Amino acid sequence: MAAPDPAIAVRGLTKRFGPICAVDDLTFEVERGAIFGLVGPDGAGKTAVIRMLAGVMRPDAGRISVDGVDVLAAAETAKRHLSYMPQRFGLYDDLSVDENIRFYADLFEVPRALRERRTGPLLEASNMTAFRTRLAGQLSGGMRQKLGLVCALVHTPQILLLDEPTTGVDPVSRRDFWRILFDLRETGVTIFISTAYLDEAERCTRLGLLHEGRLRHCDTPQALKARMPGTLVAISSTAARAVRDAVAGLPGVSSVLMVGDGVHVVVDDRDRRLPELRAALEAKRVAYDAIAVATPTVEDLFVGLLGSRGDGA
Amino acid sequence: MRVRRLAAMARKEALQIWRDPRSLLIALLMPFMQLVLLGYGVSLDIKHVPVCTFDREASQNSQDLLKHFQASDYFTIAAVIGNYGALTGAIDRGVCRLAIVIPPDFTQRLSTTGGAVVQGIVDGTDTNTANIATGYAQAVVARYAAGARLEASARQGAIATIQPVAMQSRVWFNEDLESRNFIIPGVIAMVMALVGAELTSLTIAREWERGTMELLISTPVTPMEVMLGKLAPYFAIGLIDAALCLAFGVFWFGVPFRGTLATLFLATALFLVVVLGIGYLISVRVKSQVGAAQIGLLVTILPTTLLSGYLFPIDQMPVPVQAVTYLMFARYYVTALKALFLKGAGIVDLAAPLAAMALYAAAIAFLAARAFHKSLD
Amino acid sequence: MSAATAADAPIVVERLVKRFGAFTAVDGISFRIDRGEIVGFLGPNGAGKSTTIRMLCGLLRPTAGEARVAGFDVARESERVREHIGYMSQKFSLYTDLTVAENLRFFGGIYRVPAALLAERMRFVIEMAGLTGREEALVGTLAGGWKQRLALGCAILHRPPILFLDEPTSGVDPESRRRFWDLIHNLSSGGITVLVSTHYMDEAEYCDRIALINRGRLVAFDTPAAMKRDFPGGELLVLECDVLGAAFAALEAAPGVRDVAAFGNTLHLLVEDREGAIAALPGYLADKGVAVARIEPVAPTFEDIFVQLVGRKEAA
Repeated sequence: MAAPDPAIAVRGLTKRFGPICAVDDLTFEVERGAIFGLVGPDGAGKTAVIRMLAGVMRPDAGRISVDGVDVLAAAETAKRHLSYMPQRFGLYDDLSVDENIRFYADLFEVPRALRERRTGPLLEASNMTAFRTRLAGQLSGGMRQKLGLVCALVHTPQILLLDEPTTGVDPVSRRDFWRILFDLRETGVTIFISTAYLDEAERCTRLGLLHEGRLRHCDTPQALKARMPGTLVAISSTAARAVRDAVAGLPGVSSVLMVGDGVHVVVDDRDRRLPELRAALEAKRVAYDAIAVATPTVEDLFVGLLGSRGDGA
Repeated sequence: MRVRRLAAMARKEALQIWRDPRSLLIALLMPFMQLVLLGYGVSLDIKHVPVCTFDREASQNSQDLLKHFQASDYFTIAAVIGNYGALTGAIDRGVCRLAIVIPPDFTQRLSTTGGAVVQGIVDGTDTNTANIATGYAQAVVARYAAGARLEASARQGAIATIQPVAMQSRVWFNEDLESRNFIIPGVIAMVMALVGAELTSLTIAREWERGTMELLISTPVTPMEVMLGKLAPYFAIGLIDAALCLAFGVFWFGVPFRGTLATLFLATALFLVVVLGIGYLISVRVKSQVGAAQIGLLVTILPTTLLSGYLFPIDQMPVPVQAVTYLMFARYYVTALKALFLKGAGIVDLAAPLAAMALYAAAIAFLAARAFHKSLD
Repeated sequence: MSAATAADAPIVVERLVKRFGAFTAVDGISFRIDRGEIVGFLGPNGAGKSTTIRMLCGLLRPTAGEARVAGFDVARESERVREHIGYMSQKFSLYTDLTVAENLRFFGGIYRVPAALLAERMRFVIEMAGLTGREEALVGTLAGGWKQRLALGCAILHRPPILFLDEPTSGVDPESRRRFWDLIHNLSSGGITVLVSTHYMDEAEYCDRIALINRGRLVAFDTPAAMKRDFPGGELLVLECDVLGAAFAALEAAPGVRDVAAFGNTLHLLVEDREGAIAALPGYLADKGVAVARIEPVAPTFEDIFVQLVGRKEAA
């Protein structure tokens, strides 16, 4: 069901690095105004996909169109429609916040008045107004990422490509960052983001799960969760490990996951297994606060759909 | 090509150069140091060669001859020796470069028709100095000999004396035969090569290493804008350095400048295009800063120092090497510079070297413009 | 705790400071870690976690302050310290062009593991890392999760009583991360003291105690349960609705709401009065065209805790 005018359309995208096929025949679409999240264990694949979308790396096969422009045939035109934030900080440490913004505004030929109108509020939202003259190399990690976002937005792109933009960033800056992204959505900008933070993945309108170079699943988070086999039972307890030891290996239990506040267990038949779980916990005298069916999180999705194939493989 | 993007690149590059202490050091301090070091430190003239004397006769005539050596600017009497052993030791230790031995039968042989023979022993480890010192010594002795002959024939009352023929030479263009006068112009070539090689070769490599290149190539900026924008500040620095060297050379060292500023500017501009282009090419090809700097050194500074005719005359080189120097772009610039400074040559006179440089500049510019691709692989 | 026990705690840190030129990376950190504890160093990049760990391993000299590891002073007796610790650095530092077995033998040699014991320890490590049968594989060909476990294995070959792990789960997929923490727990129940740093706030739950670090300072040091219980600043609510973006903006201006943050596909609200907010906010949002599906109290996550403790100003 192809959207009439997708912001991003990818067909058969492939990229090899030596013997390894990092991106293997990807096909997907991103509709306008969506937040598309690319998640997956393999770092190289996600970054390669975004680099190809941004036109800075050539695919070995496949086609990409961004805002209707064929990236392979007309990369330079496509670049006018998008903004790219690479995983590694891409701005100039020896230039100030203002100088960096002005440089990128000039590269996109943003009229000066417009540049000032846009920069002010963006810096305000990032809590960086007091740091305009500071050299980028002297900013904290979180502020550097926010600066990267401001520079990416100064020319009002239709499509934003973000490669793990908040990895390692302090929580306060992460919130500022997402506040700006949320505001953007109101303006219809399409956001393509790869992330290692699964709670960020929850916020996306669609998720692509990249595993061993292939796009194993691609749908809305809700649909993906519904697609998961079995039922998820959440057991909240402070003795998570004891719970885990008690229920692992019970019949009908296909996976046991330790999470923040307890354990997530996937069972085949809730009616049968729920009492069995309770009984097992009581038999081992493991204390727990609650046990109930729950909605899977993206983390559960990850394990449930991608399977624990001895991870990282 | 959008001027705005080009200007943005140039402005950014200029800011980065300004804020990087190493670049500033190379751009401003290095030329100054080169000038001072080479202007004062290097002298290819031979003066004050240390001499030991071994006068085995110790007569008025022998002392007279030795006084001629003493009076000469080219020699300094370093030691008076009494025996051959001490003489060998003096040369071995480097106390003197030349030893003059006057035989015990000097005066007697002077009066006979055989003529007296004075022995000169030269330290040959530095053949250049040895040759020149020998030549000077022979000249001093010849002067003494001419004087002695005149005296003798005057005493004998000869009527028709045949004056020995003497050669009077005049040196054109570098009357003082000051080597400094042709070294300093060459230093300008060195400095341009330095700016071109060391500064420029880092520019693209640095962006790759710091990770800023990836973001840059995701924008609409074109390779031509990147190249011209990045090289513009270095071009300006090159011209400023050339002007500084010129001013310093003329007003401090007293090197004459007989050409026109316009011609100097033209030659320098062409040379700069060549070295900047080479530096840029290196930077694009070699993605590590350390590697780029090393190759930059090899490709520009070494040939400029050794094969451009700046320090070592080309016509003294073996013929095959001379042929190679025709490929050295620095050769043409050094030739032009020397001619400009000392001969006051104009554009017409310099047509050949300027044309060669223009050819080089065009070729390099063409290659450099095509070298940079906006891609990670 | 008696004075004697306190003195021989495996890790004791007092007002530790490290300056690099004008920049203060670690600004007077003090804490004590007991035997067999798993302590997590939680904080964003640049907070000073790696610097602190390096000082404790004897790799960096402190500018001021004191630290004793395994009873030895880190500044004056760093060689003795190194004999008693295992260290896993942030950047992967095994040799990618050597095999698994060669790497293990190399580190066995470096730590002077007696030859008689080395074979057995190597077997233990290989099994722990799940690499049985792959001893001759070049480390460079292994995927991220395996490499991490192997690196951990190399750090414990000589059975050190104290382990320092600097961001061992960085860049590793969530499944591997969890397996890794399982390993850490196994080691800790054997009596090994572990100090782990991470920027993944959710990994706090796996630790016995957490040290929250920001800008070189220790912001809090307690058990996860205590931190959640003593959550400052108000009551935390979770809100689920259909249009996150609009709700976000509307809630920031709502009365009684101190802070709003996105969490997953929900919003976490910090409010003054819990009951009042639950009652009033759905109507407030309905007026703005947002339908609220769920609003109820929620336990704070470590991100919430961090933000509240550090505050907006400090983190900027």
